[in-house]
Amino acid sequence: MSIHKKSEVAETAEHGLETPGFSVGEILKQRGVSRRDFLKFCTVMTAAMSLPASFAPSVAQALDEVKRPTLVWLNFQDCTGDSEALLRAANPTVGEIILDILSVDYHETIMAAAGHQADEALESTITKYKGKYICVVEGSISMKDDGVYGCTSGKTHLEIARRVCGSAAATIAIGTCAAYGGIAAAVPNPTGAVGVKDAVPGATVINLPGCPCNADNLTATIVHYLVFGKIPAMDSKGRPLFAYGKRIHDNCERRPHFDAGQYVEHWGDDAHRKGFCLYKMGCKGPGTFHNCPTQRYNEKTSWPVASGHGCAGCSEPQFWDSMGPMYKRLPNVPGFGIEHTADQIGLGMAVGVASAFAVHGVVTALRRDKKPEETKEG
Amino acid sequence: MARIVVDPITRIEGHLRIEAEIEGGFIKDAWSSATMFRGIEKILKGRDPRDAWFWTQRFCGVCTTVHSIASVRAVEDALKIKIPPNAQLIRNIIMGIQNVQDHVIHFYHLHALDWVDITSGLKADPAKTAALAASLSDWPNNSPTYFKAIQDKVKAFVASGRLGPFANAYWGHPAYKLPPEANLMATAHYLEALEWQKDVIKIHAILGSKNPHPQSFLVGGMSIPIDPDSQNALNADKLIEIKRLLKKAQDFVEKVYIPDLLAVASFYKEWAAIGGGLGNYMSYGEFPDANGNLWFPSGALLNKDLSKVIKVDQGKIAEYVDHSWFENSAGAGKGLHPYEGETEVRYTGPKPPYTNLDTNAKYSFAKSPRYEEKAMEVGPLARILVAYASGHKETKAVVDLVLGKLGVGAPALFSTLGRTAARGIDALLIAQQTPKWLDELIGNISKGDYRIHNNESWDPSTWPAEAKGYGFHEAPRGALGHWIKIKDQKILNYQAVVPSTWNSSPRDAKGQRGAYEAALVGTPVADANKPLEILRTIHSFDPCMACAVHVMDVDGNEVVRVKVS
Repeated sequence: MSIHKKSEVAETAEHGLETPGFSVGEILKQRGVSRRDFLKFCTVMTAAMSLPASFAPSVAQALDEVKRPTLVWLNFQDCTGDSEALLRAANPTVGEIILDILSVDYHETIMAAAGHQADEALESTITKYKGKYICVVEGSISMKDDGVYGCTSGKTHLEIARRVCGSAAATIAIGTCAAYGGIAAAVPNPTGAVGVKDAVPGATVINLPGCPCNADNLTATIVHYLVFGKIPAMDSKGRPLFAYGKRIHDNCERRPHFDAGQYVEHWGDDAHRKGFCLYKMGCKGPGTFHNCPTQRYNEKTSWPVASGHGCAGCSEPQFWDSMGPMYKRLPNVPGFGIEHTADQIGLGMAVGVASAFAVHGVVTALRRDKKPEETKEG
Repeated sequence: MARIVVDPITRIEGHLRIEAEIEGGFIKDAWSSATMFRGIEKILKGRDPRDAWFWTQRFCGVCTTVHSIASVRAVEDALKIKIPPNAQLIRNIIMGIQNVQDHVIHFYHLHALDWVDITSGLKADPAKTAALAASLSDWPNNSPTYFKAIQDKVKAFVASGRLGPFANAYWGHPAYKLPPEANLMATAHYLEALEWQKDVIKIHAILGSKNPHPQSFLVGGMSIPIDPDSQNALNADKLIEIKRLLKKAQDFVEKVYIPDLLAVASFYKEWAAIGGGLGNYMSYGEFPDANGNLWFPSGALLNKDLSKVIKVDQGKIAEYVDHSWFENSAGAGKGLHPYEGETEVRYTGPKPPYTNLDTNAKYSFAKSPRYEEKAMEVGPLARILVAYASGHKETKAVVDLVLGKLGVGAPALFSTLGRTAARGIDALLIAQQTPKWLDELIGNISKGDYRIHNNESWDPSTWPAEAKGYGFHEAPRGALGHWIKIKDQKILNYQAVVPSTWNSSPRDAKGQRGAYEAALVGTPVADANKPLEILRTIHSFDPCMACAVHVMDVDGNEVVRVKVS
């Protein structure tokens, strides 16, 4: 049905996600989305996936040919913050996602059906499109006491996750809770909360942590999957490199102030008003891999550091325990270059090393023009 | 007698299950169960009180600002911190737009499909739809071309055979009463509101980095610096953008939301006599000025008596767990004030998978808060009724206008329809008021006042060895309170009593129903297999279940050591 010759990637993607209906391109055309707007969207997505702009036509062609894929969205131990993030998506908007791009067959927060009619919708979708649908999970999964701390329709979330994620083509764990257990898994983890990969080890899981996840990263991940027919390259924590490959610190607009030793000392002081580095106010950017400084939020309006508050480290596993307290500065921030990914830096910083916070850490603020200067914490 | 179960209740935040007994086409009795639990308050123990707002914010991503506000207020109360006027105004603007955006999303995206049959709109005449819309307001999109385009879009969607989130619903149910044109108009505005909500909430991104979960709250003020001469602070550019977005918010509420609400309500007037429920209402009041005086008044009403507003005393709040999956060493039938609160989760429900809960025993992860042992309803209806009964000038004017347009008296407010109407009234009042706080903020800045934070008690070494405090916030969903005890610079105990806990609570020891349960009794159900009417009454409360459920821990319990210093 497509006017283009089918590309190989689109063939592969289609094979995995075939659903009745027209191709995404056809559907968009029917809905009155102009070719120009469609190509604009493809260009934005290409940039979001950290691909060169020359890839945009391939993205457009592949999306043209992929049929409207099925998506089910499950809410477990969550706060619905990631669903709300989806509502704020701009490229495409949630209206376009629901009506045009994906067939969102189950999402408790927005779906019209309730009770057993909702149950039936989920059952029929996962049966009909077994192995072909994309599952998005929001919220952690309670494992303690056979999972009684999270139930929907009388079934535990653990049981639902095993069935639904187990039969999905791929599962996107959206937000830090679904990815790593998140806030519910913070010490002492009263309900034995874990992320999807720990609850359903056999599932193909892409982690999109963040509290909440940036909706642009969700869209880019889905588009990546549709275009290339495979999940994006990920780091050892299951995060796509295109969104989590670089540290906040390395892309931060305030990095020059860090390098120059210009720090905010008090909230509202002159340095704070001028936009100096928030490191001394507890910013966790040096230990956090995420594309917030470049992707930003709410149609690129802002991100935490731009509002005068440090990064909380929310895309790192167990950040609730390893990165806190929030206003305590990270010890031992070395001057790694941007070529170092999370895997290379490993756990060397603060992650998992809770005791490090007990010691009055010595902080190294590397300056380019002189030898490392030591700044006493206090 | 048939017992029906609706689980999941969709188009809400979180996990809610309703069981109801139906006799002769009416609900004879009902039970509300929260089925998900995380235990965040327990996790908070031992942590830095200055971090609590960030943690409690994650109670909920829908009402994404409310727990931050209540939390910083509780810590500020405990440490006797007074925040600068600008910080108060910034908080008011953040709370104001949160309220307006939240109510619009609730009306169109969570509640509308209970009243609006999207499929019926396919039969509408676009020209007549435009005429109907134009008779209600001068919104620029009220043209036949516009409604035709929306109708074509929906037709093509239906023709694709994949209804996505609109599949398997109650379309064609006899309880749907809108004519096709009204259905098409509401469907168009459903889509328009999706666009609108993501724009107006950029105010949170400007003042707080992002939404959901803005990140500029601080104990003692806000982190967004003010400096007209800096690119990295709140400057003229950003203030003007906020002004534009507030105008956009106000326009939509005045020209789309309120007209739609009145139009839809006029077809469902019988719902002004259904779903009344408890008849006890409580509001904490909100929007302090620089002197701490509240714009919306605080108060409580009992037995639908609008002639007597009772003063709210936080000391009279207690929580019960006789029908909740928690233990309470105070003994059966005893409630505990949040400062002395004590709860250990202990699930005693049926082993999943289950078909029914044992509602004679414990049946929910939500507790039962009570005010002087009375069950109270909280939310926009309670807020508006308390303001109306207190003689709040602006509220009285809008309420009388709405009642006049619908041709009903004040008792019509004690109902499912009243709850839905009050939410619109609330949004309108706040949409009109919020720009005034922005003007005040701009006035302060032009006088050279850039203060956003009070640093005096930021350093924990300045704190007393022990302190306790509470923070009230009248959130979009109603009366919210946080209570904190601080010892040796750490959280000793942290407790939240949340609007949806008041409303969704199970029975207490005396057998008194919670607000959802009471409101459902007497609700008609035309088809027990398609309980659309249950959704109408439950959605009229705008449930938020992640908020409703939390654990409180006993003072002096063994504190699990948190590995941070």
